[in-house]
Amino acid sequence: MRYHRWFTPWVLVIPALTWLLVFNLWPSINTVILSFTNARPIGGGHFVGLKNFETLLHDEQLRWALLNSVIYMVVCLPFLTVLPLLLAVLVEKKLPGITFFRTAFYTPVVASAVVVALIWQWILDDRGLVNGLAEKLGVISGPLPFLSDQWLLLLSAISLTIWKGLGYYMIIYLAALGNVGRDLHEAAAVDGAGPFRRFVHITIPGVRGTMILISILISVSALRVFSELFILSGGKGGPGGRDNSVVMLIQQYSQGFEGNLGYASALSIVLFFVTVVPMLVLARLNRRGAEA
Amino acid sequence: MSVVTDPARPAVVKSPGTPPAKRRRGSFGFNTVSPREKVVRYVLLVFVLLITIGPFLWQLSTSLKGSGEDIYTRIPRLLPAQPTFGHYKEVTDTIPVWDYARNSLVVAVLVVGGNVIGSSLAGFALSRLQFRGRRLVLGLFLATLVLPGEVTIISQYVTVREFGLANTLFGVALPGMIGALNVLLMYNAFRSLPIEVDQAAVVDGANAWQRFLYIGLPSVRGTISVVAIFAFIGAWDDFLWPLIVLTDPNKYTLTVGLQYLSGTFSNNPRLIAAGTMIAFIPIVIVFATLQRFFFKGVEEGAVKG
Repeated sequence: MRYHRWFTPWVLVIPALTWLLVFNLWPSINTVILSFTNARPIGGGHFVGLKNFETLLHDEQLRWALLNSVIYMVVCLPFLTVLPLLLAVLVEKKLPGITFFRTAFYTPVVASAVVVALIWQWILDDRGLVNGLAEKLGVISGPLPFLSDQWLLLLSAISLTIWKGLGYYMIIYLAALGNVGRDLHEAAAVDGAGPFRRFVHITIPGVRGTMILISILISVSALRVFSELFILSGGKGGPGGRDNSVVMLIQQYSQGFEGNLGYASALSIVLFFVTVVPMLVLARLNRRGAEA
Repeated sequence: MSVVTDPARPAVVKSPGTPPAKRRRGSFGFNTVSPREKVVRYVLLVFVLLITIGPFLWQLSTSLKGSGEDIYTRIPRLLPAQPTFGHYKEVTDTIPVWDYARNSLVVAVLVVGGNVIGSSLAGFALSRLQFRGRRLVLGLFLATLVLPGEVTIISQYVTVREFGLANTLFGVALPGMIGALNVLLMYNAFRSLPIEVDQAAVVDGANAWQRFLYIGLPSVRGTISVVAIFAFIGAWDDFLWPLIVLTDPNKYTLTVGLQYLSGTFSNNPRLIAAGTMIAFIPIVIVFATLQRFFFKGVEEGAVKG
């Protein structure tokens, strides 16, 4: 049954489809093409074969960036899968004022990563809140170099990412919790199950699918980290450029006279593979889990 | 899939003893919360509140502390002893923060407009109209979700440069003006509307455009507001893309301009704090005003995708 002329749907779809082709599909193809050139940010460039990929193999900064990405992902995953779920359970019950708390918990998500990174920069400063408090309490004798030590800087950026992500994943869990059967909770409570056992045996299995989805989202966004590390390291990527992420390297090569869009594209292809692999692994785990 | 929520959203009236006629979705427990549980919950809520909001308050406080005040004391003081708005004036005098804010606003408005119009048109066609190639188009939109935006950011820049839009605000806004995810969100929202409504409208002689305007759109207002809010926040907060596209300091958006704050005023955290607050406060106001629609959209299932 058709109640419209043949071209009507196309008229409606064409704008979105055009954007998809021009700004998604074509750039994906063009990234591959560019990676075989030495294109410059201002224009020009020619075919250089596999040179960019050979450079990749010997790029020490890339090795650090990949290591940082893996650490980022491994640390973020457990915290951001579990803590937001606990938060969602906490704000689920509609107590008076709960909307205020939900909105407040979501605020770090709404704020720009640049803004929150600048705020944390001040808190983690040698003379900032954290060092000041810790010294006052006598936990440390001198300020901890949160922003200038290679590993502490990475850890600071990771904590920032976790803090900023709490509200985002909380909301996704909150939507999922709405679908967990209330009858199950009531039945379990009648059988004498306490809140903790109900959480483990009803809530967690109930949001299992969402949990997998969220862990995919966390892994991918941890591998794509940019603003937090960029701002906290003052745009320099830490001591000796060892606190770069892959995206920070891409950005560095995208600008200036030293820029090389060809090499940046080769790095983009690396980024594509490192983000797609965990996505596929987790999606596969999900499928196997669903069959079992 | 999605449960239809009470459109009127009646206020919850707690009447002890009598259970509410219809229990609200999302509350798993029982009709009463024991006083002890209530206390525990509020204590935890306030604790988390301190963690999430504390840093912002600390920054606000720093921005208001007088120049003569010691901001490095071992015992941190939240309330400024000599409150002043002077640092806000000093920041805006040194750095064209208002121009940056205007640039951010221009980009955000373009992105919101493009996404609301483009994705609702496409979402409607894909879910309510039968046509050849529909599945293929839908598949294309789905496929791009797998691709992280940063992977194509370099060649996207090349495309924008070819259009002669490098170093322009329009060039910053353009690629994000119709997001694939938003098209799918709208597709999902339109799909939950029963097809019989459309058929009835057809019998009444409504054409596709009229069905879109008078039947489709009014029923997906929740999702549209989620799309609009996220598009606004995304455009306002975006950093990497404007950093790549813009080279001219006059055209900087707030986020790009802000990163120079820390370099320029590294010896005075009060000024950096004032600058970040200028970027932060507008987005908080926007979100706090619209959060009602946002959380309603979440309940309608807009976030699940």
